[in-house]
Amino acid sequence: MSDISFVRKEMLPEQTPPASEVGAIGWARHNLFSSWLNTILTVLSVAAVYYVLAGVLPWIFLSSGSAKSLNECREVFQAAYGTSHGHACWGVISERWLQLLFGFYPPHLYWRPILALLLLLAALSPVLFSGKVPSKLLVLTAAYPFLMVWLMWGGSVWGPVSAALGFVTGFLILKVAEKPLGELLAMIAAVAGALIWWFVLAGPFAAGLSAVLPAGIEAVQSRQFGGFMLALLLGVVAIGVSLPIGIVLALGRQSDLLIVKSLCVGFIEFIRGVPLITLLFVASLLLNVFLPPGTNFDIILRVMIMMTLFSAAYMAEVIRGGLAALPRGQYEGADSLGLDYWQAQRLIIMPQALKISIPGIVSTFIGIFKDTTLVSIIGLFDVIGLASAIRADTAWNGIYWELFAFIAFLFFVVCFSMSRYSMYLERKLQTGHR
Amino acid sequence: MTTLTDPPKDSFRLSMLLYDTRYRSATIQVIAMFGFMLLAAWLINNTITNLNTLGKPVSLGFLGETAGYDINQRLLDYNSQDSHIRAALMGLLNTLVVAVLGCITATIIGVFVGVLRLSSNWLVARIMTVYVEMFRNVPVLLWIVLAMAILIESLPAPRAFRGEDPAASMALFDSVAVTNRGVYIPEPLFARSLGDIHLFGDHALRFDVSLDLIAVLIVLGLSLFGMRKVAAWANATQEKTGVRPRIWHIELGLLFGPLAVLLAALGFHLGYPELKGFNFSGGTHMRNSLIALWLALSLYTAAFIAEIVRAGILAISQGQTEAASALGLRPGRTMRLVILPQALRVIIPPMISNYLNLTKNSSLAIAVGYMDITGTLGGITMNQTGRELECVLMLMLVYLAISLSISAVMNWYNNRVKLVER
Repeated sequence: MSDISFVRKEMLPEQTPPASEVGAIGWARHNLFSSWLNTILTVLSVAAVYYVLAGVLPWIFLSSGSAKSLNECREVFQAAYGTSHGHACWGVISERWLQLLFGFYPPHLYWRPILALLLLLAALSPVLFSGKVPSKLLVLTAAYPFLMVWLMWGGSVWGPVSAALGFVTGFLILKVAEKPLGELLAMIAAVAGALIWWFVLAGPFAAGLSAVLPAGIEAVQSRQFGGFMLALLLGVVAIGVSLPIGIVLALGRQSDLLIVKSLCVGFIEFIRGVPLITLLFVASLLLNVFLPPGTNFDIILRVMIMMTLFSAAYMAEVIRGGLAALPRGQYEGADSLGLDYWQAQRLIIMPQALKISIPGIVSTFIGIFKDTTLVSIIGLFDVIGLASAIRADTAWNGIYWELFAFIAFLFFVVCFSMSRYSMYLERKLQTGHR
Repeated sequence: MTTLTDPPKDSFRLSMLLYDTRYRSATIQVIAMFGFMLLAAWLINNTITNLNTLGKPVSLGFLGETAGYDINQRLLDYNSQDSHIRAALMGLLNTLVVAVLGCITATIIGVFVGVLRLSSNWLVARIMTVYVEMFRNVPVLLWIVLAMAILIESLPAPRAFRGEDPAASMALFDSVAVTNRGVYIPEPLFARSLGDIHLFGDHALRFDVSLDLIAVLIVLGLSLFGMRKVAAWANATQEKTGVRPRIWHIELGLLFGPLAVLLAALGFHLGYPELKGFNFSGGTHMRNSLIALWLALSLYTAAFIAEIVRAGILAISQGQTEAASALGLRPGRTMRLVILPQALRVIIPPMISNYLNLTKNSSLAIAVGYMDITGTLGGITMNQTGRELECVLMLMLVYLAISLSISAVMNWYNNRVKLVER
């Protein structure tokens, strides 16, 4: 009986994978045509994408950028393509884009909002990209709020300077009085000193210096503010101020002090329970009623206050989520080290809680930035208000896609970059081991 | 002699209010309470002084006065001779209508998009990502105004439906007319109607209840009750014999049989919209403002719901599916008995807070002229009567009541599905 068993002695050479499993074909088989259901979905999606692109691409690119009115535009299209619809009329954007960006801000002063925006990026960079940017820029970050107010509203330079000096006064009192009086009393003295400066001394100080040394730039009225600039201004102020207020509210809500806790809960739940538009009604109609007779301050400032309160309540809830997610051991560890409440918050609790809440904080930022458009309802000329005004203009009556596409693009760029930044930050601060 | 010493019995000193942790919390609370009451007193005092100077002390009397304006989209009967409170009620109902419609469509679209974003099909997943990012990163007000502009500018006018060779035609077998004045859909009519009950007489809260609707609801309720009984019987039989009887045809018959008999008895038919002169009549008229608001709110909120659904499904580990198949469960049952109950625990709370956001965002109706509570009470009523304080406060209270009731539902659900930990 012959031996029919067979044992291979040498290795076969490696074969290349079948052509249908690698390269573009393999990828398509795995990702687009893996089953009959997927094939149907792919075909449907390709059809949908084609349908959309076939409408949108000619609309964007076979367009007119120079026409001065919608009718002129339609005539151009009728002559060129034989149809008056289905083509974008970018003339409205090239004619009005400065207005959509700056509102009624005086054109010869456009450099001021632009400079303020550039300085904002510079002032934010040491905070946003710590470690990659020299931390000396933090001086600019501290000075930025006063600089921005001065650049945007103009006027005498001494107003913002004396406001800033209030903080300097408080800080100096704190440093000097800390040794003899103890931390707590020094803090109280510093706050009192700053308040005295702002309410009593700052006014005469600024007025005196303006009389002696008049230095300033052309003033701009609030009602001239508008467009996308207004959205950025309101957004930046509401975001910047609401974060510290939100932290305080979240701590208040988590605290053991019953009265403090119920005040914080009441405030947060009330603000979160009503739509922003009702708070804006309060800003435009009622805030003057709540304040001493004769008070009449700027509508933009009133809107800023209400938007900040609104966003602070949401921020507080996000940070409370972060505080609640911290393991109990962190609090106990801080206690066992003998840290007092504020030291524990500053060194142990807050860095971790804020890190956990980054996604929520950024989505609150995005939300409040989008919500700045609501000011068009109470009559401020932000982008949407201006778009309505342009659509009511006889030259551009009936235009809408071009305007709204432009506005949507502006918001998309800002909001999308914020959400990408939050992803970057999450990765950077990731300290867990996986 | 004792070796233990008592804690030092210091006499109480004033500085202990600040430096002794036993007293400090009380000090802080007293100061906080005092500060809050001072602030409140200051605000109230200012308000009273200001309102007296303006000559309009706080009163709610204006609510009973004649409103004098019309509300074009409404659920109950209303005319311009009715009072402001009746107008506000119409507005509240309109808010609820758009909120409920929006929540339903947003959920459907959102779940669909969220599941498709996880699809293994590369192209479909990318398209859904584009949808989500596009809607999440652009203000909802812009979508609402844009939807309104599209409806008004691009849809055919009713007169385009006229003539021998009309430029536009009605959709869905000539039953729905989509025009730039709104959408006309068929309305249910009863030839042998049972009539209405008039509640509250001529009061501002008067309310007509259709007996036909009540009859339909009662019959449906009885049918559902019967279906549950049949299902319970099937379960009991399965427990006893191991074989589950076929019941789906009985269930279908129970659901539709009695309803069909009732509708036939009431003479149910659809009233189609018809072109009369320059406009449509008959059918139910949904105005552009309602459609634009509904569409924009649904698409916007759906983008958020899609992300929630996606996160919820991703939160369930692969091991759960594998364990279920190891137990011999089929894919359908795996989904229903293992995955969904766990995913819903993650999905439902943020979903409800999105419903809340949708309801609050519906106040943007004022931008397109839909008469919701903000448009009536916070809009025309406020402008006509000049009662800003009362109107805005009432508006806030209404929204607060809606929000708090939705949160109450959320808390109840959270407690019900909470994992019981030892």
